Amino acid sequence: MTADSVAEAEVTPEREQPYAALGLTNAEYALIISQLGRRPTESELAIYSVMWSEHCSYKSSRKHLRQFGEKAPPSAALLAGIGQNAGVVDIGQGYAVTFKIESHNHPSYVEPFQGAATGVGGIVRDILAMGARPVAILDSLRFGPADAPDTRRVLPGVVAGISFYGNCLGLPNIGGELAFDPCYAGNPLVNALCVGVMRHGDLQVAAADGPGNQVILLGSRTGPDGIGGASVLASATFGAPSESGNGHLAKRPSVQVGDPFMEKLLVECCLELYAAELIEGIQDLGAAGIACATAELAAGGEGGMRVTLDDVPLRDPSLTPAEILMSESQERMMAVVTPASVEAFLKVCRKWDVEATVIGEVTGDGTLTMTWRGRTVVSIPPRTAADGPVYQRPMARPADLDSLQAAAPDGLDRPKDGPALRATLLALLGSAEEADKSWVTAQYDHYVRGSTVLAMPEDGGLLRVDEQTQLGIALATDGNGRYCRLDPSHGTQLALGEAYRNVAMTGATPVAVTNCLNFGSPEDPQVMWQLAEAVRGLADGCAALGIPVTGGNVSLYNQTGDNAIHPTPVIGVLGVHDDVRRRLAAGFTAGGAQVVLLGATREEFGGSAWAHVVHQHLGGRPPVPDLYAERTLATLMAAAASDGLLASAHDLSTGGLAIALAESCLRGARGCRVSVAGDPFTALFSESAARAVVSVTPGREDEFAALCASHGVPATPLGETGGDTLTVEAAFEVPLDELRQAWESTLPALFD
Amino acid sequence: MARKVGIVTFPGSLDDVDAARAVRLAGGVAVPLWHAERDLRGVDAVILPGGFSYGDYLRCGAIAAHSPVMTALRQAARAGLPLLGICNGFQILCEAHLLPGALTRNHRRRFINREVTIKIENRATPWTAKFTEYEEVTVVLKSGEGAYLADLATIGELESAGRVVARYVGGDQNGSLDAIAGIASEEGNVVGLMPHPEHAMEALTGAGTGGRRFFESIMMTVLAR
Repeated sequence: MTADSVAEAEVTPEREQPYAALGLTNAEYALIISQLGRRPTESELAIYSVMWSEHCSYKSSRKHLRQFGEKAPPSAALLAGIGQNAGVVDIGQGYAVTFKIESHNHPSYVEPFQGAATGVGGIVRDILAMGARPVAILDSLRFGPADAPDTRRVLPGVVAGISFYGNCLGLPNIGGELAFDPCYAGNPLVNALCVGVMRHGDLQVAAADGPGNQVILLGSRTGPDGIGGASVLASATFGAPSESGNGHLAKRPSVQVGDPFMEKLLVECCLELYAAELIEGIQDLGAAGIACATAELAAGGEGGMRVTLDDVPLRDPSLTPAEILMSESQERMMAVVTPASVEAFLKVCRKWDVEATVIGEVTGDGTLTMTWRGRTVVSIPPRTAADGPVYQRPMARPADLDSLQAAAPDGLDRPKDGPALRATLLALLGSAEEADKSWVTAQYDHYVRGSTVLAMPEDGGLLRVDEQTQLGIALATDGNGRYCRLDPSHGTQLALGEAYRNVAMTGATPVAVTNCLNFGSPEDPQVMWQLAEAVRGLADGCAALGIPVTGGNVSLYNQTGDNAIHPTPVIGVLGVHDDVRRRLAAGFTAGGAQVVLLGATREEFGGSAWAHVVHQHLGGRPPVPDLYAERTLATLMAAAASDGLLASAHDLSTGGLAIALAESCLRGARGCRVSVAGDPFTALFSESAARAVVSVTPGREDEFAALCASHGVPATPLGETGGDTLTVEAAFEVPLDELRQAWESTLPALFD
Repeated sequence: MARKVGIVTFPGSLDDVDAARAVRLAGGVAVPLWHAERDLRGVDAVILPGGFSYGDYLRCGAIAAHSPVMTALRQAARAGLPLLGICNGFQILCEAHLLPGALTRNHRRRFINREVTIKIENRATPWTAKFTEYEEVTVVLKSGEGAYLADLATIGELESAGRVVARYVGGDQNGSLDAIAGIASEEGNVVGLMPHPEHAMEALTGAGTGGRRFFESIMMTVLAR
């Protein structure tokens, strides 16, 4: 076998190339030719096709994403921002935290177990590449209807894949989401967040500098798995099932296969290499594999890079150079090492049984050059691959949005008396979306490493970072496709507000934001409008909250045929906790404690859980986001936690006060008796933002009321904890056993 | 004199940091031991921690059982060194034939992560001496292959000799015969435990403090030796 070489490309300009099958447009192919001054070789075409894919280049979204930087509040805490593998935030005491959320949606539909597993592996390497020890993961999952036959294929596979990979890697899984909607039936959303901790001086860079420095590939061997994952799988629309038959089966070879044991060795090996200061630059291998790592490392540095592809250790010796470049085999990293450090570097790798091979070196010629069997198969300016085209895609407000917003839920039948309100509570609590998620979370290890202070089902996950000072970090992810379908900008701000609030509920102070933007095809102007609106909403929302977006990921083409998913930005918020011993949790653990509602309630049912579960209705406008109120609420919570004024805290979100009270009762195994003013249906089930329900440390009620007043947070005493029923005076009472039965039986009945 | 407990790290060990912290919280010194070395560094007792040694791609613990450190530990155990295997460590002890039986796939074929209550039925081991009779404590069950199986003769021998160290309270959890959560060697110095006491050392970050006595026990017995 001989490979298409640069010399051959220069004399055969007329050769037809399969650029369209690789996902490149006519215009993009022409652009490559004009940048190179000749047709690309087969290997170069492979590099451009994956690097210029939507997944790697952000070519449709980049123009909009700039707002995150432009509108960001000044933040001295940001040590590395957007454009790095992940943002890095200073949390004080010499510690820095890096976190990022990423999608693995398409692979998880095609092959749920491996798709979800390798999603965890990929985001963990992003965090590792920044120089941090990965310390926890969260996962945000969305599926088709819970009772749909295909959900029984996809959900258990995805959960088992996350469980397999995360548990074997030894990372506690501390939170996330689980939601269902028919719009995700052909496009489940599998988003994974990883967080890592390091000391300030440990930050690593993804750049190949210093001519003569050696380029080392370490970790798993390169095999024929995941070839074209970024371009073929993640950057194209699945055909409708009717037209493509088993379309997802044909794409299965594009899914990677995970080896969490190798990843664990890679993590420990890299951390030891960092500690010994043996690395000049490092990059993880994810989407687009060696093509991406070499191009980005070279583009991040000042010189060039020469790579000998024959030296790449292979699992399958029949791979062509183009396949070697495009393979997305997992558990690989690429490091830049000074010649003097190579022997020490390889020794550490041997200790951890990690294969490591010098495959090239940094040069000063500004060119990324690769040879294979004596021929030059790649010779390109690395920046042309790493930067890619930027598109200003046409946008159009969805044609049905006016009618959708006009179809407000006002006309729907509402529960009018106590028994009907009671039945509504039980129906919502037993719906797949609100039900107990233990079926899922009991498959995830959240104890490993001994630092988990709070994990699901708490509002936010909380980790102890320092055993002496009790410094900690809190994390939460949230999204709501229904709200975003009705109003992408407000819906995104509601998701931001909820994640921010969830972090605040632990007593932590929110400091930074990551996001995973899950949308349909950018070639549909209506989807592009949704994306632009969501980004605008998030950038403005972060400015209002005074915290920056530090990084994220965009997942497009989440649609089947012409049916796009609801626009579903998933927002992750990071918070800092000064003293994790003062953490707050959701359960009513103290008896005789005053129950207080924080925040203002309006009649807001557009996109609500009630409209969805009881009436299968989606219409109207979502609740109005109030980020100023979110900010004051968060400040109040941090002060109240630090003063020990609260016995519990739980945010209000889907299902409103009724669901929040039921959850606080069930988690604390203690009832409550409350009364609500005004229309009981609105009081119990409205989804107004910026609200929480807390129970006050007995004896501290006046202090807490004064604190609320001084922060300007509306505080309404509702009643008291105690007993073994959830009682709403003049409406209904439900024994906790009955609540628990409704809450706990749903998922096992569906998936056992 | 400080009591030294060795914590072995195999490739893929995960709870080694937790086991070391548990030893420290109990007042001991945790000494890291490396799978590829036979040197036990003069420790008074050894813990094989939880995790997925070698990825558990073969039978759990099967490869780790043949590592150099296990050769040294087999000898030391015969000489009476207290040895505790937790979860993957228990699996390794079975594969190394230091304990009888085997740990197999949970009956529902899913990973289980939850708090469980166990009853301590044998206080004659160096790892359980500080428990009260039939004391019940809450620890963490966290495994995919934790169902303890053995032939009936072995189960009969374990039961009649009082070598069942801990049993799950509240019936079957994962398909283990007789709800067995932990067993001891004939001499009692080698103990295997499927659930994790090292995740029940601190109320703040674990399942309460029910695991502490295992580590306090070894501090006491090692001091007495």
